Amino acid sequence: MKKLNLILAALLGLGLNYSNAQTQKGNVLIINATVLTVTKGNLENTDVLVQNGIIRQVGKNLSAPAGVETIDASGKYLMPGIIDAHSHVALDVVNEASSPITSEVRMKDVVNPFEIGIYRALAGGVTISHAMHGSANVVGGQNATLKHRWGVKDPSDIIMQDAPRTIKFALGENPTRVHGRGNGIQPKSRMGVEAVLRNGFNEALQYKKGWETYNAAKSQKGNTKTPPAYNERLQTLADILDGKIIIHCHSYRADEIYMLINVAKDFGITKLVFQHTNEGFKVAPEIAQYTMGASVFADWWAYKMEVYYSTAFNAAILQRNGAITSINSDSAELIRHLYHEAAKTQRYGGLTDEEALAMITINPAKQLGIDDKVGSIEVGKQADLVIFEGHPLSSYTIPQMTFVDGVKYFDIKADPDDQRQFVSATEMVEPIFLHAYENHQCLQDVDEYFEAFQGAFIEEKH
Amino acid sequence: MNRILKTLYTSMLALLPVAAMAQIDGEFVKPRTGKFLLQNATVVTVTKGTLTNTSVLVENGKIVQVGTNLSAAGAEVIDCTGRFIYPGMIDSGTRLGLVEISSVPETVDYAEIGNVTPNMQALTTVNPNSEAIGVTRVSGVTTVLTVPTGGLFPGTAALINLNGYTPDQMYGGFKAVVMNFPSSGRRGRFDRRSDEDVKKDSEKALKEANEIWGNASKYLNLKKSGAELQFYPEMDQLSKAVSGELPLLIVVNTASDIQHAIKWVEGKNIKVIFSGVAEGWRVADEIAKAGIPVITGPVQDLPTRQSDRYDTPYANAGKMAKAGVKVALRTDEEENVRNLPFHAAFAAAYGLGKEDALKAITINPAEIFGIADQYGSVEAGKRANLVISTGDPLETKSQILHVFIDGYMIPMSNRHIRLYQEFLERSPGLKAN
Repeated sequence: MKKLNLILAALLGLGLNYSNAQTQKGNVLIINATVLTVTKGNLENTDVLVQNGIIRQVGKNLSAPAGVETIDASGKYLMPGIIDAHSHVALDVVNEASSPITSEVRMKDVVNPFEIGIYRALAGGVTISHAMHGSANVVGGQNATLKHRWGVKDPSDIIMQDAPRTIKFALGENPTRVHGRGNGIQPKSRMGVEAVLRNGFNEALQYKKGWETYNAAKSQKGNTKTPPAYNERLQTLADILDGKIIIHCHSYRADEIYMLINVAKDFGITKLVFQHTNEGFKVAPEIAQYTMGASVFADWWAYKMEVYYSTAFNAAILQRNGAITSINSDSAELIRHLYHEAAKTQRYGGLTDEEALAMITINPAKQLGIDDKVGSIEVGKQADLVIFEGHPLSSYTIPQMTFVDGVKYFDIKADPDDQRQFVSATEMVEPIFLHAYENHQCLQDVDEYFEAFQGAFIEEKH
Repeated sequence: MNRILKTLYTSMLALLPVAAMAQIDGEFVKPRTGKFLLQNATVVTVTKGTLTNTSVLVENGKIVQVGTNLSAAGAEVIDCTGRFIYPGMIDSGTRLGLVEISSVPETVDYAEIGNVTPNMQALTTVNPNSEAIGVTRVSGVTTVLTVPTGGLFPGTAALINLNGYTPDQMYGGFKAVVMNFPSSGRRGRFDRRSDEDVKKDSEKALKEANEIWGNASKYLNLKKSGAELQFYPEMDQLSKAVSGELPLLIVVNTASDIQHAIKWVEGKNIKVIFSGVAEGWRVADEIAKAGIPVITGPVQDLPTRQSDRYDTPYANAGKMAKAGVKVALRTDEEENVRNLPFHAAFAAAYGLGKEDALKAITINPAEIFGIADQYGSVEAGKRANLVISTGDPLETKSQILHVFIDGYMIPMSNRHIRLYQEFLERSPGLKAN
């Protein structure tokens, strides 16, 4: 019996070890840094001890346990890993533009861990990105929250498995262009967008009821009911209604933002984040009151009609009105300097250092539902960390090292010329792309809808 | 009765303009000129060092004096204690004023149909009332080169100051014929041509460019010899680049294209400026040897190759400068030209250095454009293009307090700022009717 227990324990232990060993966890002691905790103020000459991928101690004069590497960060700044709440990094495809509602598709199925963009993001201090479906559909696919574990080969190893489910919604020009003008089906206008949403949720309620009726009948004696046909699309919408999925909605104009808030209220949905939200400043009190806030660009505007009446002060207005606000990239280029994008909230609206840094750390963590795990330097949190030479909000700052789960994935001092993990045999030897054409964009994979406009949108697809 | 009514109507009509006026509430602040004494600042002259407790006297659009104890007689005094004065920043490559909303084709005016359209004038197309101009200038960017794009010779670029009611009032005294050098790079992911096809296409385009250039040379010779020429505006404009009357702004990016462009320029007695030059760092010595000045950027850009170091676009300007290339910066932007100082900061941090980065957006472009007697530094006699800030304008935290363009004090407002003023504290807030 004792033996059996031992074997069982060993097996259990193996099981535990197996799940722990799925991704690498690091040990490191970073000493003498100016620690920008984001949630607990700034600590001068402070050490941070990481064990098994978790922040174990934050304090002075910590000593490294045996075998743990010590990194001297004297004169440097240590901040939590940057979180990008809107990205399309490491995705092979972005849009399933075949229907106004495609809630059944998952970005987890198209993650490419070899994409160089992950490394470039790490070199800008970004440790987590929210790899999103595009904006072609009113209800797009389910997004993937990624941890930038550069070098892993299994796509599931760069997915943050303990992050909650999120889904992409999109309002305005993009879904109306793709479906209304492109395919001749609803939605062609913002009225249609609302109808697609309400019809979809009502259908999901019917679907849910069908299953509830069936499940209730199942326990009855002599039940002969057949189950309703399983429908992944409607089941996902039902999961949204049940609060199991956070909506991240591509939106620009105040009217459509306000519309979705009302739809959410009517269907009892509370887990709602607005993305882009260029006119969010006009309905900042409503966003603050009813939603999980907005994730915005620092200064992008005028690239399309619905962002013409924007202001670079958007983030500051949202913040001052009490909305949870984050700064995102939606771009393979911007993701490399989100610290700089966040700093622009100081030029445009005079936000404090802490407020600006929160916009790329704890605030996006809240919007992704992972703020209990990451987004600040606190004991017990996952050790996603970045060391900067110079204050991260200075225009002259340079990221030095980036850690995910305590493992160093970027070190400026050990940065080889070619960081590619994998070179496809069919890839051209030297494909030279000029001027940010590689940017990941919300309307990637739906180029055909833009041909009618003589490619005028090729560069402008957010 | 009719008469009374008529009188009544007439008097009511007479009142109308007054009534209309009464609906206008609030003051519109215009740019204004005059005599200004910017007193007691730290003046970063760029060319003559940094001067503390120094004042700048502005009159008739010019910087009249830079010094201490300047007389304030007749001048509006702006106390600049604890403030910094910089020369207005120059973005050497934009589409500012040529486009309002990129995705609305009706507002996109930087590209024409045809491969050879050097006679397309950016200057006449500039919309002085573009929202983007107001948004740009409060950042301290006072002057930009606005550049048409499209075909091989897409048009003529023009330098503009960001104040004025007409393009002529804005004109900054520099024009250049633009050439998009035949590219061996790919236009993007959607460009699925084979390597051979890319090469063939670029060779074919270069051959075509040579033919066109040859024709322009012939045209010039005929013109010089007094021949009676048919109306040929394209050749007429291009011949100005052939003769050296106008510089040729060659947009070129990949390393091999830059090498080809250097070779192409050799033996042609023309004024050349390279623009873009994304892979300049690979062939920096060759560019330096050729003595061709470079406008590079955007700095905040992706590497051109998957295999490149992540920071190549940040480091590019610094590497070229180190090799001895004269470097100016561009954003290649339209609505976000205001980010020029931040592009410069990134170039500074990754090798160019703060001093040279500032030069790359002030005195260097002025010298490259041949207008350094007027632009690019805070010196007596130059145009009063000035920035007053709380600190280094390349830092996001600094606030730009005043901007002068051609001696005009620019109102520090634009739609972005007005929306901020209107919506920061909404009233009513959450109350529903």
